[in-house]
Amino acid sequence: MPNEPSDNHPRTLYCRCAYAQTVPQGVKDDVLRRLSDSGRNFEAVSDLCEMSARRDPRLKEIAGCGGQVNIVACYPRAVQWLFHAAESPLPEEGVEVLNMRERSAEDIASQLNLESA
Amino acid sequence: MTNEEETPMQVVVYEGEGAAVLPSSTRYDVLTRLLDRGYAVSRAAGNGQGAVEPRAGETERLLVLGDFPDGAPDLEDSSGEVEIDTLTITDLGGEEVLELVEARREGRPMNQPGAWKPWFPVIDYDRCTNCMQCLSFCLFDVYGVDAEQKIQVQNNDNCKTNCPACSRVCPEVAIMFPKYSGGPINGDKVDPKDLEREKMKVDISSLLGGDIYSSLRNRSEEAKSRFSKERSPDKALTERKKCLIKLQGDGLIPAEVLENLPSPEEIQRRADEAAAKAKAALDAQAH
Ligand code: SF4
Ligand code: SF4
Repeated sequence: MPNEPSDNHPRTLYCRCAYAQTVPQGVKDDVLRRLSDSGRNFEAVSDLCEMSARRDPRLKEIAGCGGQVNIVACYPRAVQWLFHAAESPLPEEGVEVLNMRERSAEDIASQLNLESA
Repeated sequence: MTNEEETPMQVVVYEGEGAAVLPSSTRYDVLTRLLDRGYAVSRAAGNGQGAVEPRAGETERLLVLGDFPDGAPDLEDSSGEVEIDTLTITDLGGEEVLELVEARREGRPMNQPGAWKPWFPVIDYDRCTNCMQCLSFCLFDVYGVDAEQKIQVQNNDNCKTNCPACSRVCPEVAIMFPKYSGGPINGDKVDPKDLEREKMKVDISSLLGGDIYSSLRNRSEEAKSRFSKERSPDKALTERKKCLIKLQGDGLIPAEVLENLPSPEEIQRRADEAAAKAKAALDAQAH
């Protein structure tokens, strides 16, 4: 079984916003379906807010990974300071936050260059 | 919430070498059910980009799900720090997979969406001027200062769910509640108009007098009309009323919070305590 993350695409983190209906259900379902069908590696978390409140160590790992990261969640300002609140500030370069509260699933999928596998 | 020390089990849906590709609907069903139950899930796909790599500090337990035609492989973390377990999910639907994953969790604590709404203030330090208004305002000890006297959210569990009132007393619009419906409190960009609107020049430290709160707590029409007609020559009192009525009128102090307020004496005590904490922090900054 391969053990090296050898994906050429930037790392993708999807937030399900499961602890409250903050992100429109249709958009988050559609984005997840497109990610799921893309044949791409990705990571998904249940709720970044909840992880920040708990200072989940995975946030530190994501913030410090050094490569390009796409975070599919909500407003970039909220995501930036949620990581900071968990003592895992995101680097100034290399992180793109895609906002499911304002953008369509199609738009997000096209920015992520997702195609069906 | 789970204990801060606990890292919940991490799940990987594996479709790389040695595993079959899952039907699209099954994969999606498994992913949504696990996420909606509170699990973190990665998808490790085929075509040479499969990766089951526990990352440092990320988790203590990894559960790898897959359709393994030749049997589930034995996996070991090279660092020996992460326990890796496999689960064959051939021909199973999302609900069955969720049940099996739940069983593998073996009763370890787990966050439960719905049981707790992660509701707490998040400070935008690019905007914050460390004025301590939020610390003086909050009666529930949510705010504190760090060793450098910098404002911090210290007890986010104490925050009253759905109450974003402190965001409205911040003169810099620096306080966000990411799960709030409207901007800029939800993290949307701050407009110069917002700055004017949010600014409420009130004497925050004397804002939370027991008389006002007990009037608000009694939400009967009679109490409300008595309250609104009340006249006082005392300017601070008028300001306090204006602010609280505005916050309540804007829906920023939810009924549950008003209904569950402590006694007026306790409110006064907490308000004094918060004001003293803020004053001490401001004094320390000045020296
Ligand atoms: S970061 Fe945004 S999308 Fe994620 S849980 Fe919080 S509010 Fe929801
Ligand atoms: S009220 Fe706003 S600007 Fe003042 S300390 Fe709090 S967050 Fe910072």
